[in-house]
Amino acid sequence: MATIKIPPVLRPSVGGEKEVQAEGGDVGAVLRALAEQHPATQQQLFGADGSLNRYVNVYLNDEDVRVLDGLDTAVGETDTLVILPAMAGGAF
Amino acid sequence: MSPSGAEVIRKIRSEVEEVDPADVKATLSNGNGIVLLDVRESEEWDAGHIPGAKHVPRGYLESRVEAAIGADRDQRVVIYCASGQRSALAANTLKNLLGYENVASMNGGITLWKDRGYEVEKPVVLTPQQRERYSRHLLVPEIGLEGQTKLLNAKVLLLGAGGLGSPTALYLAAAGVGTLGVVDDDEVDLSNLQRQVIHTTDRIGTPKVDSAEIAINGINPDVNVVKYKTRLDASNIMEIIDGYDVIVDGVDNFPTRYLLNDATVRLGIPVVSASILGFDGQLSVFKPHDGPCYRCLYPVPPPAELAPSCGANGVLGVLPGTMGLLQATEVVKLVVGAGEPLIGRLLLYEALGATFTELKVRRDPECPICSIDPSEIDESQLGVFPDYEAFCAAAG
Repeated sequence: MATIKIPPVLRPSVGGEKEVQAEGGDVGAVLRALAEQHPATQQQLFGADGSLNRYVNVYLNDEDVRVLDGLDTAVGETDTLVILPAMAGGAF
Repeated sequence: MSPSGAEVIRKIRSEVEEVDPADVKATLSNGNGIVLLDVRESEEWDAGHIPGAKHVPRGYLESRVEAAIGADRDQRVVIYCASGQRSALAANTLKNLLGYENVASMNGGITLWKDRGYEVEKPVVLTPQQRERYSRHLLVPEIGLEGQTKLLNAKVLLLGAGGLGSPTALYLAAAGVGTLGVVDDDEVDLSNLQRQVIHTTDRIGTPKVDSAEIAINGINPDVNVVKYKTRLDASNIMEIIDGYDVIVDGVDNFPTRYLLNDATVRLGIPVVSASILGFDGQLSVFKPHDGPCYRCLYPVPPPAELAPSCGANGVLGVLPGTMGLLQATEVVKLVVGAGEPLIGRLLLYEALGATFTELKVRRDPECPICSIDPSEIDESQLGVFPDYEAFCAAAG
């Protein structure tokens, strides 16, 4: 099962966990499995048409899946997916 | 009977390859890659040296030469001193003890070089106080006098004298960055002091730019502080950032981050960017056209409910210190030209787990800003992104 690193803004949607496990043979399948386990993430990750929201970056290990095969990128058992929305906090 | 010193030197000089200054000059002006190494004492170096030369006093040769010229044993190295004697001995050491294969000594040294009328560079001379203040920098080969001079001549702009800007400003001031611009329209508040370490309890109510100036000059009177008591926006950004060498981004909202990105890509100014939330931090360096820009990483901002600011959500007080000092480190590296800056890489820090994660950031060949000629970035385009109005309205 692949490991998914959850960013701070999504942690409340997965019971506060920093990492969760999900099954799937490619990036899309793993993320859909995540959304099934934790329905609150569905709307944050996917648009109404089922595509990944543009403001969510997903990395397979250290590589952006946009430069791989996107949601079709194959995921192995020991791979880690990193979900990364932009953060803006700083000067405050 | 043991040979005399003069005999040893004669013997070594006969075994070392010696080259004429004219040949060295010709090779340098051809742009052929040779490393020129000055092995004289620091005082002699300060009085004038050949432009582009590296400096390691002969007494430190074995311990410092690799850091100064690199570990490549096949590169062409030409060594000089005042007359050609110490350089021959140093060449002998480099070749026979350290294994540099392609080493020569410049005959006649810098004395003959100068007699021929060739160019000599005289470095900025530090005052005795500056020499003492920056002595720990001068001892690091990657910085040294050359790097310290660059720092003293550098102009760095800090966006915000808040959580991230506080530690960055303090350390850049201590490092001797010559000009520190500070943009902040806020006043010091009691709730800031849990993390904004540049401010103090007795300066609550004081404009942050004034409070920061007091702290910076208290550490280092060498630093010229330029204060901008304003918020960065489309109407003032080009005027404020123009002329700075590096910008430190610690702003608290997406519209300003996009605006800053677009303006800095247009002007070709590198940005050291960090953001923080809770126990998590992100850091990257956006150097226009050498690597991706902020829009390549984040083409569109998240909706407001997924983009909380620290003010609303809280942050570990130490975290901006950690991330701000990583920013300060990247600034010094960019100014001095040392190491591998965090260009094209995003560093994530998670304080509770004490973990660092590094991700690759690629240039987007279709990036609306950094894929076009900078002169074609129109002022009306700066900071614009889809649904900007809606985003700002939702963010309040």
